[in-house]
Amino acid sequence: MTYSIEDLAVMDSIIKRYPRSRSAIMPLLHFVQSRIGFVDGEGIELVAKILTLEAAEVSAVATFYTQYKRKPVGEYHVGVCTNTLCAVMGGDAIFAGLKAHLGVENDEVTADGKVSLEHIECNAACDYAPVVMANWEFYDNQTVQSSIDLVDSMRSGNPKPPTRGPHTLGTWKQASAVLAGINDGKAHEGVQAGQPTLLGLKISKEVK
Amino acid sequence: MTTTEIVDMITVVIDGFEVSVPKGTLVIRAAEQLGIQIPRFCDHPLLDPVGACRQCLVDIEINGRAFPKPQASCTIPVESGMIVKTQLTSAVADKAQKGVMEFLLINHPLDCPVCDKGGECPLQNQAMSNGQGQTRFQGVKRTFEKPINISSQVLLDRERCILCARCTRFSEQIASDPFITLNERGALQQVGIYEKQPFKSYFSGNTVQICPVGALTGASYRFRARPFDLVSTPSACEHCASGCDMRTDVRRGKTLRRLAGNDASVNEEWNCDKGRWAFKYVTAVDRLTHPMVRNEFGELVQASWPEALAAAAKGLKTHTSAVLVGGRATHEDAYGYSKFARVALGTNDIDFRSRRSSEEEREFLAAHIVGSTTTYFDIDRADHVLLVGFEPEEESPIVFLRLNKQRRKRALKVTAIASKLSIGVEKLKGEFVKVAPGQEALAIAKQTLTVKSIILVGERASESAGVLTAVAALADSSGAKIAWIPRRAGERGALEAGAIGNLLPGGRLVTDSAARIDLCAFWGTESLPTSIGRSSQEIYSAVNSGVIGALVVGGLDPLDGANSSEALAALERAFVVSLEIAPSEVTKRADVVLPVAAITEKNGSFLNWEGRARSFDSAVQDSLNRSDLRILSMIAEAMDTSLNLGTVTAAAKEIATLGAWEGTRASMKAVSVVKAPVLAPDQFILNSWRRLLDLGTLQKGEENLAGTARESVAVISPNRAQTLGVIDGDILKISTSVGSVTLATLIEEIHDDAIWAPRNSLDSQLLVNLDASHGEVVTVVKL
Amino acid sequence: MTKLVPVLSAHWDEKDSFTIQAYTRHGGYTASQKALSMDPDAVIQVVKDSGLRGRGGAGFPTGMKWGFIPQGDNKDHYLVVNADESEPGTCKDTPLLMANPHVLIEGCIIACHAIRAKNAFIYIRGEVTHVVRRLNQAIEDAYKAGHLGDGVDLVLHVGAGAYICGEETALLDSLEGFRGQPRLRPPFPAIAGLYARPTVVNNVESIASVPAIIMNGADWYQSMGTEKSKGTTLYSLSGHVNNPGQFEAPLGITLREILELSGGIRTGHSLKFWTPGGSSTPIFTSAHLDTPLDYEGVAAAGSMLGTKALQIFDETTCVVRAVLRWTEFYKHESCGKCTPCREGTWWLVQILRDLEAGKGTEADLAKLLDLCDNILGRSFCALGDGATSPITSSIQYFRDEYIAHTKNQGCPFDPVASTLFVGVGV
Repeated sequence: MTYSIEDLAVMDSIIKRYPRSRSAIMPLLHFVQSRIGFVDGEGIELVAKILTLEAAEVSAVATFYTQYKRKPVGEYHVGVCTNTLCAVMGGDAIFAGLKAHLGVENDEVTADGKVSLEHIECNAACDYAPVVMANWEFYDNQTVQSSIDLVDSMRSGNPKPPTRGPHTLGTWKQASAVLAGINDGKAHEGVQAGQPTLLGLKISKEVK
Repeated sequence: MTTTEIVDMITVVIDGFEVSVPKGTLVIRAAEQLGIQIPRFCDHPLLDPVGACRQCLVDIEINGRAFPKPQASCTIPVESGMIVKTQLTSAVADKAQKGVMEFLLINHPLDCPVCDKGGECPLQNQAMSNGQGQTRFQGVKRTFEKPINISSQVLLDRERCILCARCTRFSEQIASDPFITLNERGALQQVGIYEKQPFKSYFSGNTVQICPVGALTGASYRFRARPFDLVSTPSACEHCASGCDMRTDVRRGKTLRRLAGNDASVNEEWNCDKGRWAFKYVTAVDRLTHPMVRNEFGELVQASWPEALAAAAKGLKTHTSAVLVGGRATHEDAYGYSKFARVALGTNDIDFRSRRSSEEEREFLAAHIVGSTTTYFDIDRADHVLLVGFEPEEESPIVFLRLNKQRRKRALKVTAIASKLSIGVEKLKGEFVKVAPGQEALAIAKQTLTVKSIILVGERASESAGVLTAVAALADSSGAKIAWIPRRAGERGALEAGAIGNLLPGGRLVTDSAARIDLCAFWGTESLPTSIGRSSQEIYSAVNSGVIGALVVGGLDPLDGANSSEALAALERAFVVSLEIAPSEVTKRADVVLPVAAITEKNGSFLNWEGRARSFDSAVQDSLNRSDLRILSMIAEAMDTSLNLGTVTAAAKEIATLGAWEGTRASMKAVSVVKAPVLAPDQFILNSWRRLLDLGTLQKGEENLAGTARESVAVISPNRAQTLGVIDGDILKISTSVGSVTLATLIEEIHDDAIWAPRNSLDSQLLVNLDASHGEVVTVVKL
Repeated sequence: MTKLVPVLSAHWDEKDSFTIQAYTRHGGYTASQKALSMDPDAVIQVVKDSGLRGRGGAGFPTGMKWGFIPQGDNKDHYLVVNADESEPGTCKDTPLLMANPHVLIEGCIIACHAIRAKNAFIYIRGEVTHVVRRLNQAIEDAYKAGHLGDGVDLVLHVGAGAYICGEETALLDSLEGFRGQPRLRPPFPAIAGLYARPTVVNNVESIASVPAIIMNGADWYQSMGTEKSKGTTLYSLSGHVNNPGQFEAPLGITLREILELSGGIRTGHSLKFWTPGGSSTPIFTSAHLDTPLDYEGVAAAGSMLGTKALQIFDETTCVVRAVLRWTEFYKHESCGKCTPCREGTWWLVQILRDLEAGKGTEADLAKLLDLCDNILGRSFCALGDGATSPITSSIQYFRDEYIAHTKNQGCPFDPVASTLFVGVGV
């Protein structure tokens, strides 16, 4: 059994957040990813069982959302925004640079299992373009070189910290636990805002 | 009783024509009333509106205010002051529809010439009627692996799928079997199963029927025919007492497929997979084609009809005879057997119950069921439905669908008195009143019902003493209606036809002289036997004790009842005239074998559980086989008497003319519950039922269907599993003095005293293997 | 000259701004106390009077939405906050939640009181781990401080990557544990929303605006902005500008004013096209620099205010490439439920790819426009409509550039020229 008694207790507490148990399906799938790294058959069947659903119903939900992975991703999952604005500002070049540097294509993992690569859609940080996400933490204002340095730091086991995020970059599984709603105690880490976020405020004070 | 419901009518104008329709009617259906066909795919009148395909877009204005954009007419109810312009009068609607059709076709393969749906395909038809002649698409079509099996009987071609979600909505909303779902997203969205869980729904065939393209096809019909080569005949389903309206499609004398017919008061537009796909038994077996007579050397040899009829007549005239007719005879055939017993054989020794039964049941049927009128409509209005000895999903699937519809529509309360919580009752979100097998009556007595409640009683209610007594008492005290739902299609008709020892046709009591005189006059006979006849079991016993010497046996399996060794011994001993379609345990032991027509080869009717006639015509026109009724008439003539039943039509007419008896009704004697046995740690009380898909005779020859049967398991409670030290999957051996079966354990919600196993499934033929089925104490060990 | 007026963003520059201590230091959770002492209907009236309109894109009056919730119906009511910020170019709610999650929580408490809801849910997109952390911690702290738990329960629900879940009924289906596909309306969420109960779905910024309105009054709020577009809002400037970022100003400010305040278009370049409110709003050009960025002003100029996501592209940007990429986005994010959006975006992408690669013809432009006509207003929800906006508006303003691709048999632009790091090396 992949899931311990403690895991099952956590899953039970996730279900209890909601007035109706089926609502817990998404955090439970994040939780499965925090244990397995992706949504596997056992995870689907377990979620179905504890929510008294058919596995097909859980699978239908899991395949709808792109964050649920059907195969293992890297310990550090790197997403390069290639939606229009980031792409134009350099996202396309970054993505091409990373593919070449890592020797992987979209949705592939490096042989050492450290880094996987995905081109992602707009991640709500356009004033920090071009944006790269790693385990869904922000790496703002990237260049081809800075992103190569970033993935190299991951592969050497000492990943650079996010621009706006915790002091250190956690693993994909750790990030998945946070998305499942489990507090890792790092909310206070990192800046409250980057410079672009504060620009309007700053100008408003200067104009006065 | 008829009630007139006041319905608000709303008048709308569609394409310039006024039409008044009940409030709540969707625009697309209001248009149908005018004969205006708005093209559509996802719309289905029995599924919730979804508005997904967008094919039915029309322009709508209400009281002078126009919607800014075309609306899906399948989702919008009519409103007063509404003016609708369909593709016929609105250029905007017409362009919108053509645009949607073009979108649907860009990714649809051009494999119509090899597609089963070709010729009856809504996409093909509506592309012709409402599409553009040419495509502007020059790009790359979406491709998927060509058809994949989503069960052994249903194949899915995702390239053809237009994602209307009819199949997934059916599975969820109607069958409550969400084993097929929409998966993935956007242009890659596709129907699919969870990889390890095939689409094993008893109702899966409906998705094939309502698929508006050739995406879902049935394995048995694939590449077999073109719709325009088929001859369709309206028919009725012979598999159970639900009474589905059906359509049988035949090409060159061979049935190629059967479809659910449309009858709003019974099966709506659905049927079960057994009804749809189990029809090869007619051709899969070595059909009897000629009469046979046992010769002086004891060998069964082919004979001419006159020889065989003479032999039958001689044997029957020289012995005291009885009649055993299975529960699958048509109403008219059952009437023939009933009349034959009384007129030609002068006996009331006749019984259609070729299964476990009881005297309590026979009295219950005479007192409460014959002539009764509980219907599907009563389910629609019931405040509470009590299930007794009855698993609707397994034993009368359309009753299940109707209950499920009301559960979904208005949270109909369903209570099951049973030992094991079934999948079907779980889907109905029913209350499960857990009782030990044999102790059901005590729980029934505790139920509170009202005059709006219904008690649905299955044939298995006869297997525990006192249950039917308790049902009658509960109905009496509460005013609730009773319906009796046997498994076999012919039992209700046979009851009404008097193919049972205590009743003559039309509910006339054998013991009521007024009823006998009435019937004598009608039949033109001088007298009728006056004493209550024997039951099936009693008939076998009487043969074995030498009291009865001859049997007329029509379409039954002696292994279906309790104590089958006694039945087989009786068949060996008696002079047996067997009317059968194929060699069987009966024909093997018969002295005269007379081949009869199968259901698809004759006309007739069944009375479903409601008592509603479900008539059908012969679908296969060139059959040489005759109905049981015709052959019984010929035997009677060879015995120098006459049934005066030359044809099925004549019999139907005679039944109708005779009518129901309005005189004295039977009463029933109360029967007490048998005290629960004391169990040793390794002992359980057996509980079982027949599953919808099992080793039933009428499912022979359809491997694809058999592949979707539920697994054979032995179900025990968590408590007992702990005591026995078993977990799911461990092998259990269940034994009686007769024999044993071995099955994998499944730990589920079941009474601690009970063990459940399927009654007639692969590796679990309880009546044959254990000579036990319900209420018997069995010994269980872990292997 | 319109001035920047930080209200939501007023204290974001304090290092611990996201903590409950910082929030209460500036009067946090006094608005909810005030609201809780008011009659719920009075709270709704204040919000109505303030003129606050939905900041998620549609601009529906927030107070009116609250007023739709049936009262005395003996049913559970729900508040659901849409924090699924995913519209390309939109980046206001995410920094707001990173810097000050408590203002949203307080807004939830007030809104729940107004609509008589005991349960609120925040549906946040899943691709922002640190924002999830901050918000979860804030909720925990608000419970500890007694702001939550006694009357209102708040659950953070984390999405998993699906733009369509920003559509309110798809969001509700997703929150109920289904595939996030839009529902038929009617019934509208106010009547049958979450779990088929009366539900208000509001954008983060809308709810976060409520505490200040309660504290300062409707008159204060509606003294800002324009005739029908009241109050302040966050404008998110991104792309080819010298200084991108968040600018909180009264509604009605123009792009020209924001550019002047912030430092203008990328030095040495000129404005070519921009979106007023995300990729689903038809693009503007330099001709629209003085269009008042309020609901009416933008609509009058042929687009929509949307999420006020001002994505700026200068003359180095190929409009065909930009539009193709957006169209690929809509294809990727189409939920698949309805035919025009699912199949239409599939087709549009193929035509645009050919056009960008110089393999298209002028006839393809007519085909594109006709396909857009067959998608716009024919789809189940606004996603399909949004997918047509960049195409139709770009052909309207830059038809010649499309044709240049066909004549040139390829894209005439150098993609390197439009990157942030051009000239500085990579």
